[in-house]
Amino acid sequence: MTEPLLAVTDLRTTFRAAGGRRARAVDGVSFTVAPEETVGIVGESGCGKSVTALSILRLIRAPGVIEAGSRIAFESRDLLTLPEREMRAIRGARIAMVFQEPMTSLDPVLTIGAQVAEVARVHAGASKRAAWAQAVEALQAVGFPDAAARARDYPHHLSGGMRQRAMIAMAIMMRPALLIADEPTTALDVTTQAQILGTLAALQSSMRMSMLLITHDLGIVAERAQRVIVMYAGQIVEEAPVRELFAAPRHPYTRALLAAVPRLGARRERLEAIPGQVPSADAWPDGCRFRARCAQAFDRCDTAPPLYQIGDAHRSRCHLDAPAAP
Amino acid sequence: MMLVGWFACISAGVFAVLGVRSAARREGGGPWRRPAARLSDDPIAMTALFALTVLAAMAVFAPMLTSYAPDAPLDPVRAHLLPPSGEHYFGTDFASRDVFSRVLYGGRISLSVALLAVLLSTVLGTAYGAIAGFYGGRLDSAMMRALDAALSVPRILLVMAVVAIAPRITVPVLILLIGGTGWFGTSRLVRGQVLSLREQDLTTAARALGARDREILWRHLLPNVSSSVIVAATLSLGNVIILEAALSYLSIGIRPPTPSWGNIIEEGASQLFSTWWLGLFPGLAIVVTVLAINTLGDALRDALDPRTAST
Repeated sequence: MTEPLLAVTDLRTTFRAAGGRRARAVDGVSFTVAPEETVGIVGESGCGKSVTALSILRLIRAPGVIEAGSRIAFESRDLLTLPEREMRAIRGARIAMVFQEPMTSLDPVLTIGAQVAEVARVHAGASKRAAWAQAVEALQAVGFPDAAARARDYPHHLSGGMRQRAMIAMAIMMRPALLIADEPTTALDVTTQAQILGTLAALQSSMRMSMLLITHDLGIVAERAQRVIVMYAGQIVEEAPVRELFAAPRHPYTRALLAAVPRLGARRERLEAIPGQVPSADAWPDGCRFRARCAQAFDRCDTAPPLYQIGDAHRSRCHLDAPAAP
Repeated sequence: MMLVGWFACISAGVFAVLGVRSAARREGGGPWRRPAARLSDDPIAMTALFALTVLAAMAVFAPMLTSYAPDAPLDPVRAHLLPPSGEHYFGTDFASRDVFSRVLYGGRISLSVALLAVLLSTVLGTAYGAIAGFYGGRLDSAMMRALDAALSVPRILLVMAVVAIAPRITVPVLILLIGGTGWFGTSRLVRGQVLSLREQDLTTAARALGARDREILWRHLLPNVSSSVIVAATLSLGNVIILEAALSYLSIGIRPPTPSWGNIIEEGASQLFSTWWLGLFPGLAIVVTVLAINTLGDALRDALDPRTAST
């Protein structure tokens, strides 16, 4: 395997909740992203996906902190020890991020052209005119018809899909090495979703970007990712190449997730659901965190399972996958 | 000469109205197009805008509208306390000065004091509120407690306290005084909005693209609070005109013989029933101005509020 572009090691991000309680939203997450690879992170709301993404860019604000001992290596530099000035030079230029809600992420009082151009002005110190020309080019690249004219539009003039395209234009403006897409299509309708994902894939291959695709939609992951990380309660519970994960899921949580996907033509009349809820981050249960919702829980689940290596690139955090079965 | 002056004043009002109309119709038009459209659909607001512009233009073009000097006495015998006539529209006062001229020139002082004081208080209030709201935490708490303390003293007492120790009240001092005591409300408003905007996706997205705090504050947060600041400033303009008049009336504002609407009323106050024209006309000027400003401020608030996006 080649040198990874991004290597997250033992990432722990903690928030101080009301009453002095600590909520470790991300608890010991390690993974890598290779150059030009797409890694999908899936999980329910509140499992720590977004906090992981924000931690990589060091955008966690007080009362949240990334604990000492966490390491995030990117292009062989440790992002967590970088001075803020150098970190700013990486944000938006080497690592860019696309957010879930294009409506609230865009500035309602600026034209989208001005917002896209701003990226070039911040990072390349481009002149107003040069930055504008670059912005029009970027808008064209993400599929704006008549980009020169649309650049003068305000966000409220645009449809949800076009707004998300504008966000993507801002993200790819500086040709980043890594694009973090946090639920990029969740706020859009299905047909638009497919178009946006197609645009992202085309940009990714033409710019040779890596992508960290965060979603709760397993269909998107199946289609776009090469490797999948399943997160539950702040931890990685399973990690596998995409085909293997869908063909032979190991962790009971992954299986439950897959079973919960409704299928056309399936005979079952009721939708499968996983009983219970993700535990709250300020009160992770002892032992296996999925135990309370797991149909296969047994006495060993009192102790926290490690991430067992069960194949070349396949890991699972379940005692059932322990190498020497009990 | 006088005809030209009146023509200039009326056309200023017409231009203001037409300006809003054309901003409402401009293609593309930016963030101001919709508010302008809503404003131009509101006949009362447009009347207020017209009245206000004409009044301001009358102060600006005062020398073209009257040939009398505001502070030079005319014939002390024949022009003493004359009632309004074709010669002296608003009559003359006890010092044989033309009241119409004094009201026009007084408007210059009253309006410019109000405008500059509000400008000052808006800048101060926005800066203070933005810093407190954006940096938050202990700094915010400390700044807000200081503000609470300042707000617990009535403004007029605050002003009078400074007047008591100031050797001489000149126009710039008065502007500093009124402006310096008027920004507390604005800074609360800005602080609250910045505090909430800071937590929104917009800020995280800008940070994720590599913007620094200062850039986010200037380029994204402040433009987003500008509409409420504009409304607050407009409404406080009316208050400041009244405050200035009150100070002058209490003889701690603009010193005679320089006219301001407040001190013209004060000079006529002792004989309000016999020489009614001394108090009536500057009083009317204040009432009309403040009414127009408040009407316009209310209309602006509706026009700039995105939640009433019916048009």
